[in-house]
Parts: sequence; structure tokens; C-alpha cells
Amino acid sequence: MKKRVLAMIMASAMVLGLAGCGGSAGSTESAAPAQTETKTEEAAPAGGDLIKVGIINNDPNESGYRTANDKDLKAMFNEANGFDAKFAYSMKNDEQISAAQGFITDGVDYLLLSAADTAGWDSVLQDAQKNGVKVILFDRTIDADPSLYEASIVSDMAKEGQTAVDWLAGQNLSEYNVIHIQGHMGSAAQQGRSGALDAKVAAEANWNIVAQQTADWNAENAQQIVQSVIDAKTPFNVIYAENDDMAKGAVAALDAAGISHGVGKDVVVMGFDCNKWALEELLKQNWNYDGQCNPFQASYISDIIKTLEGGGSISEKTIIMDEKGFDASTITQEDVDNYGI
Amino acid sequence: MKNKAKSNGLFKRIVGNQMFIPVLAILILVIVNLVKDPSFFVVTWGLNNDGFPVLSGSLISILDNGSELAILAIGMTLVTAASGGQDISVGATIAVAGSAMLRVLCGGNARPETTQAPVIVAFLVACLVGMLCGAFNGALVSVFKIQPMVATLILFTAGRSIAAWINNNELPIVPDPKFAWFAGCIPGIPIPTSVFIAIACIIVIMLVLKFTNLGLYTQAVGINESSSRLNGINPTFIKFLSFVILGLCVAVAALIKVSRISTINYSVIAKDIEMDAILAVALGGNALSGGKFNMWASILGAYIIQFLTTTLYRFKVDSEARPAYKAVVVILLVVSSAPVVRNYFSQLAKQFSSPKKEVA
Repeated sequence: MKKRVLAMIMASAMVLGLAGCGGSAGSTESAAPAQTETKTEEAAPAGGDLIKVGIINNDPNESGYRTANDKDLKAMFNEANGFDAKFAYSMKNDEQISAAQGFITDGVDYLLLSAADTAGWDSVLQDAQKNGVKVILFDRTIDADPSLYEASIVSDMAKEGQTAVDWLAGQNLSEYNVIHIQGHMGSAAQQGRSGALDAKVAAEANWNIVAQQTADWNAENAQQIVQSVIDAKTPFNVIYAENDDMAKGAVAALDAAGISHGVGKDVVVMGFDCNKWALEELLKQNWNYDGQCNPFQASYISDIIKTLEGGGSISEKTIIMDEKGFDASTITQEDVDNYGI
Repeated sequence: MKNKAKSNGLFKRIVGNQMFIPVLAILILVIVNLVKDPSFFVVTWGLNNDGFPVLSGSLISILDNGSELAILAIGMTLVTAASGGQDISVGATIAVAGSAMLRVLCGGNARPETTQAPVIVAFLVACLVGMLCGAFNGALVSVFKIQPMVATLILFTAGRSIAAWINNNELPIVPDPKFAWFAGCIPGIPIPTSVFIAIACIIVIMLVLKFTNLGLYTQAVGINESSSRLNGINPTFIKFLSFVILGLCVAVAALIKVSRISTINYSVIAKDIEMDAILAVALGGNALSGGKFNMWASILGAYIIQFLTTTLYRFKVDSEARPAYKAVVVILLVVSSAPVVRNYFSQLAKQFSSPKKEVA
């Protein structure tokens, strides 16, 4: 009897399994092209006075930042704005390089590049220079001679951290007991955002770090870290999380423990990246601050192209974008719509 | 003389028991925490932000956060015992199952106003997806005889992309606050629901092991595949079944994980959890080459890992140094609970007892 029941369970499991082979294999195949294949979209046949632009970006599905970045570029570089744009996406350096070579052969005027890797770009950029293609880097810098590109438009993570720390200092709390939840150790965002806070804590007597741990950008890890501080009954009044996900995890721990947070409450909650849902938390005054990591480089790039087309030259090679920090007491629905990613 | 031999035998039996090292590890962690800060063990009664009573304290945190790992350890033990290998895709399949659950709940919409389907339907779909992933791995291992680690490498690499594809790369947020109850507290019940889910899973597997031949057959296949075949057990079925059961465990773990934050992040959800699940099996003193297993020891192993993590957070070990501390403790535990070392110690115990006998 037992055996028969077991056999039946196994038989039904086997049937499921057969269906499983089909299902899983199918989804692998259909998912794969979207992720790795380099897609090239023809925007429009080259018009007489359109500026030909080749844009090489990372996969828009990489993160909310990248999706917003791609949308912004598409909104700027189209026929209506006088551009004949072609897009290529890949998160692999070699695929990006071959896409760049394709664009150079096509005779584009400008090559816009967010490189997957910092190394390996010298020869293809020299090719571009020989063929009179001007290169503009956005979002990420590369290890190549600056003479090979016209400009590079990047975020200054250290400044993002500084803006946030300055905002916090402006809150005039009598004492700052900070839970510092760090991103993946060694990443540019982590180093920049940690650096400003570390310097402030070292300089001021009434700023203390209650706990400083990496949660690897992960909400659940952040939740555990805050939970452990609460369990230890260590008093704190600020949560400085280096991205929105981790701030969300931290807030979940506060909610479970009955600690109030937000504007005028016991704990100040700070996050980064300006995800739309995070800005909505600010609007509801559940969080206090969210720092922007600006994915909107298109207007900067277009300004540079206009200057170059007008015969002007670029004085500063590295252009650092304006990045805002939002305060829950002043944020508006308009901000959420415009800056939420 | 007789008494001495008896006490020696008892000592040997305790040291030789598979549960000895895991229990010792828990005791050491308890003592270290007691010495360092006895308030570690204080459990307090308080109200959460919704105004409902909750119990809080490090012990509750350990039980709460350790639940997913304990559930995964159940499946991983069976897979290890039957196939003599490990499934390294559990983290990625948690992403897949969790994503499928959100797809059903939110209907492919990133910010729905209301849930599109009851949670139970979403959970059953996630179970199905988890079991399908397990069946895929299981078929590769049992039918095509591929090394488990290589076979599961496929989903390990592709799983998170599949998860993103299921939801069109959106990150849906579940609008219903009740969904958070699966990891948090149901109003009125002061203990997190995840603890009850883990207990339920443990009870189910213990009943299955007690009242079916699953445990016996799994061990038989793991110890000697061909002789178990000669005795009328189908090793292909047993191996396949172990992976499907692990798939079910993955779906349950995915429910808790997704419920914790009511949303999902494909690239970081349950990251590296496969390593902790394998570690739980090893900490329990189970041979990673398959064969005999002790389910209680694996589950205890999972809670040891969580105990260790919580302790390290509590001691505020530096971010950079934390993995190193963990590694040292883990190496000590794994080496001391390895069957080879255990055998060596019981030999040593024998040598100690025999000269005494001669003197007497």
C-alpha cells in the first residue's frame, strides 16, 4: 500500500517533470536572445541634414537606472530632434566593441558609449578618430587616453554622498547615531557614498556610527542588520542606506519593532537612487531623504554635440552632472513624476 | 571496571553521534554570547507600527531569518543523499518561483492597484514552477547522468534572467499589505509566520520520512546505486524525486523571501543562499558524497548558520572582515564534523580506553 502511494507520487512527479523539461528549456531559449544578442534598431533612413549617432549602451534591463537612462536617450536622439540614431545594447565588452566597429563602418558622426568594461577600447577608438567619428562617453569612464574622446559625462558618487551628509547635518539633530548600511563593498557608489559619511563622523563629536555593515544592495540583509541593532537595544536615530532597496529593508525592521520613522518621527530614513516607489515613500513622509543618481545624460550629450557642430570646443573633458537630493518635507508629486526612475 | 567501560561507551556514543558537533556548535555560540552580552537572550514584548503585539529579540530574529535556510536544507539533504551532489541553482530558482508568484499576483503590472489573484493561487503556481525547475535539474541528473553541480549550473546562470523575463523586467510591488504576513506577523500572533511555515515543513518531512520508504530508498540509492537497483529500487526515480522535493522547498522559501519586502530584485534575492544550504548539510555532519543522512542535523545546521550570522551582526564585526570570520568558524565546524575526523576521534577514544583495561 505504502509502495503504491509512493509509486503514484513518483509517477505524477515524473509527468510534471516531463512537462518541466519542455517549459524550462523553452523559457531559457526565449530569454537568452533578449539578454545577450546585440540588437540594432534602424531609426530612419539617413536624411540630408540629420546628425548620425551610434549609441552603445548596457542592457536596459540591467536595473531601474539603466531603463530610465535608455528611455531618456531614446527621447532625445530621434528624428524629431535632428538625429539619425542607432542603438546597440550589450553587457559584454567584446560585443560592444564589434558594435562600435559596425557604427564606424557605417560612417556615424558621433559614437556615444557606456562601456561594459573599462579596458580594451584603445584600438577601436583610434579607428574612430582616424575615420573622423567623435566619441562621447556617458555614465561610465574607460581606461583610455583622453585625447581619444571628446567628453565624458558621469555621476560623482562622492558628491552624492556629500550632498546627503550636508542635508543630514542641516537637520540640526542634537546627536547623530547612525546605522550605516553599505552597498557592495568596493563599488564606486559604495565608496563615494560611504566616504562622505565617514569623514563627517570622524570630524564631528556628536556624530556616531552605531553600526556599519554591508548589505550588498540587498533589502533582506539590511533588514537583518537593523533588526540586530534593535535587538541589542542600541539607541539610534538615523538610517543611512546606500540605496533604496536597503532603506526599504531597514524600514521593514523598524515597522516590525514599532519604531516610528519619517518626517518629525524618531528615526530619519535616507536612501539613494530615486526609484519612483521610494520617492512616493518620501511624499507620504515615511522616509526623509533620497539622493539622486542621475541617469538623464541625454541633454548634456546633446549640448556637447551642438557645441561641436557649431565649431566650438569643449573646455572640460569630464562633465559631472547635477544631482539632486530630495527632502520629504519639500518634495512634490511633480518631482516624483519627473525624477522617479 | 565495569562502570568505567560503560561510561567510556557512553562517551563514545555521544561523541560519535552525528548530532554531537552541531549541538556542540550551538552550545559554544550560546556560551560566547552569554559571556559577551547576556541580553542577547532577552525576548521582549512590544507593539509593532500597526499596533499589534510582537515578540522581539535576537532569538526570535534567528528563528525568523533562519526559516528559509532550514526549509532549503530539507530538500538539499535529500538531493545530497540521493545523488551524491548538490544543487547550486536554489538561489536562482527562488528568483524564478518568486517572479512567477508576483506575475500571478500583480498580473504583469508593476504597480497594480489591487492583487489580481488570490495569494494561494499565486503560491500554487510558484510551487509548480519550483517543481518544474527541480524536475529539469532532476531529469538532467537522473536520466542523463550529468554531474549535479554541472547540471544545476544551467539554472544557476540562466535562472535570474528567466526570472526577469517572466515579469518583463518590471519589479512589481504587491499592493496588499496582507501579503507581508507570510514573513512578518499576522495581527494578534506575536511570532513571525515564517517560523510557523518552517515548523510545518519540518513536521511534513519528518512524517514523510517516518511513514514512507523515502528515507530508506534515498539512502540506499546514495550508498550503492546498482545494488539498490538489484533490490528493486529505481534509482532514477529516487534521484529525480529528490530534486522535485527540493523544488517544492524552493517555492516555499521563495514565498517567505518575496513576502519579506513585498517585491523582488532579481539580481540580489536569495543571493548565495545555495552555498549556505549546502553548508547546512555539511555542518550537520552529512557526507556530501551521498548515502546516509540525518535530517535533524541538517536543519540544526541551517539554524547554526543563522545564529552565527546574527552573532556576527551583533558583535558589529567589520563589513570587510565578516566573511573571513564566518569562513574560519565554518572551516572548523565542517572539518570537525567530517566523517573522517569523527572516525579518527572514535579510534582515539578506543586507544585511550584499552590501556586502562590492561592496567586493571
